[in-house]
Amino acid sequence: MNKLFCILIQLFLLSSLQARVLPVGKGKQFITIKTAITQARKGDTVMVYSGIYREKNIVLDKPITLIGIDYPVLDGEYRYEVISIKSSGVTVKGCKIIQSGISSMEDFAGIKIYNCRDVVIRENILENTFFGIYSQYGTNCTIEKNKLTASQKEEQQSGNGIHCWKSDSMRIIANEITGHRDGIYFEFVTNSIIWRNDSEKNLRYGLHFMFSSNDSYIANIFKNNGAGVSVMFSHDVKMIHNYFEENWGDGSYGILLKEISDGYIEHNRFVKNTVGIYMEGTSRIQMNGNVFERNGWAMKIQASCMDITVTGNNFINNTFDMATNGSLVLNTFNGNYWDKYEGYDLNRDHIGDVPYRPVSMYSVIVEKNPPVMILFRSFITSLLDKTEKVLPSLTPENFKDAFPLMKPLRL
Amino acid sequence: MKKVIKYVVIDILRNRIMMAYTLFLMVLSFSIFGLEDNSAKGLLGLLNIILIIVPLVSIVFSTIYVYNSAEFIELLVSQPLKRKTIWMSLFFGLSISMVLAFLIGAGIPVFIYQADITGMMMILIGVLLSVIFVAVAMLAAVKTRDKAKGIGVAILLWLYFALLFDGFVLFILFQFADYPVEKAMIAISMFNPLDLARIMILLKMDVSALMGYTGAVFKDFFGTELGMGLSFVVLLIWIFLPLGISTKRFKSKDL
Repeated sequence: MNKLFCILIQLFLLSSLQARVLPVGKGKQFITIKTAITQARKGDTVMVYSGIYREKNIVLDKPITLIGIDYPVLDGEYRYEVISIKSSGVTVKGCKIIQSGISSMEDFAGIKIYNCRDVVIRENILENTFFGIYSQYGTNCTIEKNKLTASQKEEQQSGNGIHCWKSDSMRIIANEITGHRDGIYFEFVTNSIIWRNDSEKNLRYGLHFMFSSNDSYIANIFKNNGAGVSVMFSHDVKMIHNYFEENWGDGSYGILLKEISDGYIEHNRFVKNTVGIYMEGTSRIQMNGNVFERNGWAMKIQASCMDITVTGNNFINNTFDMATNGSLVLNTFNGNYWDKYEGYDLNRDHIGDVPYRPVSMYSVIVEKNPPVMILFRSFITSLLDKTEKVLPSLTPENFKDAFPLMKPLRL
Repeated sequence: MKKVIKYVVIDILRNRIMMAYTLFLMVLSFSIFGLEDNSAKGLLGLLNIILIIVPLVSIVFSTIYVYNSAEFIELLVSQPLKRKTIWMSLFFGLSISMVLAFLIGAGIPVFIYQADITGMMMILIGVLLSVIFVAVAMLAAVKTRDKAKGIGVAILLWLYFALLFDGFVLFILFQFADYPVEKAMIAISMFNPLDLARIMILLKMDVSALMGYTGAVFKDFFGTELGMGLSFVVLLIWIFLPLGISTKRFKSKDL
């Protein structure tokens, strides 16, 4: 009898340990998500079937999995934060989250992570949320394959798509973000990766990086954002294989680098931006294998930058290759291909025999006096440019590529 | 009028210089597009042709032609024809042949290598510039009696439009560097058809750069339909104003 009792107890314990599935929906065990969550125990799965759920703020405060089947709609009615994650180990998958509250006092989000770790947010659709996915003190979380769309016109009315603040070891993978203020926003985020995201048509930046070190962003597309991408006050940031396209306008940049050090910018493509890369107070950056095509300015390197190494890049069809604001040059620009190079190669080693000066006199003048742009490509300015090439006086003497390539690199 | 235009056009088209001009444009355009590996650079070369060579040939040739056909004009004046008709036919004859030469010489290569909006814009601007400088040349020719002096004036006018005016603008820009002169610059550019033409082409060619800085001011004006329309109207004024003045002058001129 005693033995049997023991076995029974063990069985009971086992069954209690086993994760249950709690279905939510019309004609299912639970009608609302909230009741299912209160009933759920650690490790359970809440399956939400399709339908519209208006349940104000849903708080996930235990390590459970919330899965939407056929994208159930979770509506915040423009008043509430839709999902708040307050426990580690939560997974949210396959939900359609719409219309979170909009506030200038609180940061309402579609999904917000509060001080926890190992959260997975995957394959959700977020529409018209203020902030999309917000991580506050999150650690080791994965935000993957979500689709975020917002349609506000004013920056104040819109939050950021994926917003991470004081987080660590985040993985932001393959999300699509449009129409938010900043597509992806990082502040005090370390050791994280942003991979294969598509951030387009956001009101301000496609990607906004502040005080975030030891991060990488790889193979993302940043297209047609109000002000491009901005990376500031960080070190050890790696930017590899990204696309920066059509970031147009005054103060719009492919990448804006400010107070950045020890980074890598490799194998990126900058196409049709007003300014491909703008650097200010930047040091120790390695740049190679990038392609700059049809930009207004491929690069603007301010004199406050040092130890920037630009080698093995292609500069094709840019209006201006380089611009700078002073005569001090502490950077090297050797071994790139410049389509404006007019030198020769007598010994046939595919390296031009005379150095190339990427800063034209006209770009120096325009930098000092922007309205001169109205005379661009006129006879007199090309005449001045030619004289400057023969006798450099205005352009910085050391700003040159001593080994310009004769043929474009295959990139 | 039609008959006179026909005579003038046939006379000009038989002219060796016109043939040479057409051929020169053609060879130059084809070699520019053929030599450069990307056609955008070819367009840049073509821009220089349109802004420098087309006006120069147009103004010098037209001036010389007007002087050379002095006897023909005298003959026509003795006929029962209005002076205005004679002068207009001369203008149309010259314009038609210049435009024809440009379309054959530069239009065909552009159609082959760069048949997009930028290319079309260039052709349109080139045609307009050809006609504008015919009108300016006729004004120069009617104002001065002496042939050598007339040609000199024509060349000076070209130099002014192509180079001196921009130098003057550059000077102003530097003198008033501390003031917001962008809007004034738009107005000033209206005083030179070559500047206006250049900006209109640039808006199609270097949009990325023009979007930056005050470039946006130019884009906001010239890029809009209103600005574009206004620019075209100003270019047309550049045809009709010199033509009107020269016609008035010719009517009362002692031949």
